[in-house]
Amino acid sequence: MKTTILTIAMMFIAVITFAQDKNKKMNFDVNGKCSMCKMRIEKAALNVKGVKYASWDIPTHQLSVIMDERKTDAMKIKTAIVAVGHDTKELKATEEAYGGVHPCCRYREDNSDDGVNHKM
Amino acid sequence: MNKFIIGIFLTLVPWLVWSQEKVEGLIFEEGDSNVMGLPGANVYWMDSQLGVVTNIDGKFSIPFEKEFNRLIVSYVGYESDTLTINKPKTLRLGLKPSNELDEVVVSQKKDAVQKTYFSPQNVITVNSAELLKAACCNLAESFETNPSIDVNLSDGLTGTKQIQMLGLTSPYLLITQENIPMVRGASQAYGLTFTPGTWIESIQITKGAGSVVNGYESISGQINTELVKPLTDNAIFVNGYANENGRYEVNTHFNKKLTDKLSTGLYIHGNKRTQKEDSNKDGFLDAPLAGQINVMNRWQYQNPEKGWVSFFNVRFLNDEKQVGQTNFNPETDRVDNNRRTPSIPEAPVLGVAEVWGSEINTRRFDTSLKLGYVFPELPFQSFGFQTAYSLHKQDSYFGVRTYDINHESIFTSLLFNSIIGDTRNKFKTGLSFAYDGYDEVVTTTDYSREDTSVGAFIEYSYENLEKVSLTAGLRVDNHNRLGTFVTPRFHIRYTPWEKGSLRGSFGRGKRAANIFAENQQLFASAREIKIVNTTGSVYGLEPEDAWNYGVSFLQGFNFLNRKGDISADYYVTDFKNQIVVDWENPQEVSFYNLEGESGAQSFQIEMNYEVLSRLNFRTAYKFYDVSTDYRSGSLQKPLQAQHRFFVNLGYDTKAKDNGAQWKFDYTLHSLGKMRLPDTSSNSTQYQLGEYSSPYSLMNAQMTKVFSNTFEVYIGGENLTGVQQNNPVLGANNPFGPNFDTTIVYAPIMGRMFYGGFRFKIL
Repeated sequence: MKTTILTIAMMFIAVITFAQDKNKKMNFDVNGKCSMCKMRIEKAALNVKGVKYASWDIPTHQLSVIMDERKTDAMKIKTAIVAVGHDTKELKATEEAYGGVHPCCRYREDNSDDGVNHKM
Repeated sequence: MNKFIIGIFLTLVPWLVWSQEKVEGLIFEEGDSNVMGLPGANVYWMDSQLGVVTNIDGKFSIPFEKEFNRLIVSYVGYESDTLTINKPKTLRLGLKPSNELDEVVVSQKKDAVQKTYFSPQNVITVNSAELLKAACCNLAESFETNPSIDVNLSDGLTGTKQIQMLGLTSPYLLITQENIPMVRGASQAYGLTFTPGTWIESIQITKGAGSVVNGYESISGQINTELVKPLTDNAIFVNGYANENGRYEVNTHFNKKLTDKLSTGLYIHGNKRTQKEDSNKDGFLDAPLAGQINVMNRWQYQNPEKGWVSFFNVRFLNDEKQVGQTNFNPETDRVDNNRRTPSIPEAPVLGVAEVWGSEINTRRFDTSLKLGYVFPELPFQSFGFQTAYSLHKQDSYFGVRTYDINHESIFTSLLFNSIIGDTRNKFKTGLSFAYDGYDEVVTTTDYSREDTSVGAFIEYSYENLEKVSLTAGLRVDNHNRLGTFVTPRFHIRYTPWEKGSLRGSFGRGKRAANIFAENQQLFASAREIKIVNTTGSVYGLEPEDAWNYGVSFLQGFNFLNRKGDISADYYVTDFKNQIVVDWENPQEVSFYNLEGESGAQSFQIEMNYEVLSRLNFRTAYKFYDVSTDYRSGSLQKPLQAQHRFFVNLGYDTKAKDNGAQWKFDYTLHSLGKMRLPDTSSNSTQYQLGEYSSPYSLMNAQMTKVFSNTFEVYIGGENLTGVQQNNPVLGANNPFGPNFDTTIVYAPIMGRMFYGGFRFKIL
């Protein structure tokens, strides 16, 4: 009986270990409004070691990332994103970081999407 | 021993110091008797920049800062909890499961065929709206409103438009259809007229060195055509066109979505001209009597969940042209075969009153299969496979000369796309295979040959999302006539300031020239054809080899609240080896390998600006210096205008809800003088000047859109009626020694009006 429990426990651990996905896909909200924001957010995310792919969608404000879970986690990405001035659901940028974004990117004042006007 | 203790101490010190500044703990599911930790839960200070994720065991450790005191713990599928914490401590917290899904890990599916990248290459995309500005009629005629490409008439008989980029003719361009090489080999002369305009969804023009992915043949640029797709094209589309010179065209598209994933489309094109036009009264038809039937069936399979995309195409074409003297009857007047004698087969014996004529009949069958797989969980990783087969048969004669060519071609490539580390570093790598079998007979000489090549390529691209992007590609090919060779291509893009973009590129291109297929307009002349070299691998000639270098700068601007851009580019093509087509002696045309220098320099400056709301203005100036060392000395390329000026104006009225609007478009092309091939050794009546005179061409078009389903258009070409009065030299004696139809520098037809309609059901 004990061995069975142990085996199950081992298997569980194995499963959890396996869950450390090399290509973990995740989506979360990041505030922003234009294509300049998009570039800033994606760049910040990609600068986090272990992030392979980052794509922020202007209308939905969704950032989808693919990351190596052995090297990073969602909160580290969010930490990097708030550091460049973009709020996430959990973490918020400092006034200082927010003040550093281009005036047209001030999403806190007006959160409407105007990606069309900001094509680079 | 002491060292060991110090070592431990030193390791512990930072740990101890930090442990005083931290909040640590375990997050688990409430009510779970086993107290299994929840890995991956969010733990963060409210309104802060500090957050962590619990580890595999559900444990976390977050720095404590005095300014924050509300710690939030959240996890997908559980209710979030907020704790008030005033000092560093260790805690245990159970989360209640909830039915609300918060952070959804299931991602939205990306469209597998969508391709987006900031290209370091100088790529110009011509979309369908732009294509409608010049309503007629096929790919060759789709570049009239685009200043990057020059359109010239290839000869005085067929009215075929020949395109040029950077001062070099289309054989130096790689022309692909959905990335499969298309206009090449036997189809070089007329291939662009075999893609009806309505089939084209968009065109991408790359100036200068292109990508290595599609082959080694491109020297001055690449043109890729995307055809309409069964899934996105109109369910039914009908287009009719007629012009006052008796050209009629009909296009029909039928598209059907069979299932969620499978769609098919049938595209039929027909054109006909039976009216004999001879406005310059030289006894020769100004435009061919012609007919074409072109049928394509496409199948599109798309499964975004699984990541598969596939296209299957079949196309059949029959094209017939008759040119020459207006009273020519092919049944009775054809001389090349009918007057041939066994004793001297290459020189048919002619009677006293022969009529000069020519027929060019082409049949072509194409089929291709494309398979693409995008890894559903990894949008940056994909496989692509494409294979294409074509059989091209051209049977033709030009007066006494017979020219028959069958070209069978196979092209296959396999491509893999992925990243190194993250998506800022991407690569493409793959293999390609090509086979070309030519059965070619010029009058009585057989030039048949078979070419095979295999190649491997890799292309790396870097993009830091802001200032710099670059593409570096390399391919190695083995070709039975060109040998084993390396093709490097490099592109870089730098953004020095807002809306500015500086690009540079260099690359190599190499090709086996199909001298007859590419220069077949020369058959319609009395010129004797000579191939000077004899030791090379292709027609006795060495393959062509060139390097292309370029820089360009693009600057977007806002003036009076309207957007515009201005761009300038400069490209140099430097031939290491070239097959010189020398027709400086009016009695002959000779082909020989370059001895000395040959190169093309091109400079272009272009501006686009929205002058008034919905009134767009585009203007460009181009300068070319294309010179070659002929055996008789260094000369500018004949029939090349060194200076060109271009203006396009487009105005649309505001579209109503049902799409109703008016569209107006006007284009001006000004061409400077062109050097004419030397005719000074002819008798005076057959001499042309040294240069042609400059002229300007104007085209205009007006479209009335009644609704989303119906529109009509009318337009005029060559509104000022510029005409070359002697496109056929020696027209009075076509079998005589001065007959030449190749020196064409201006339109043969005068002003011409046309009209048409488009009907579509979405």
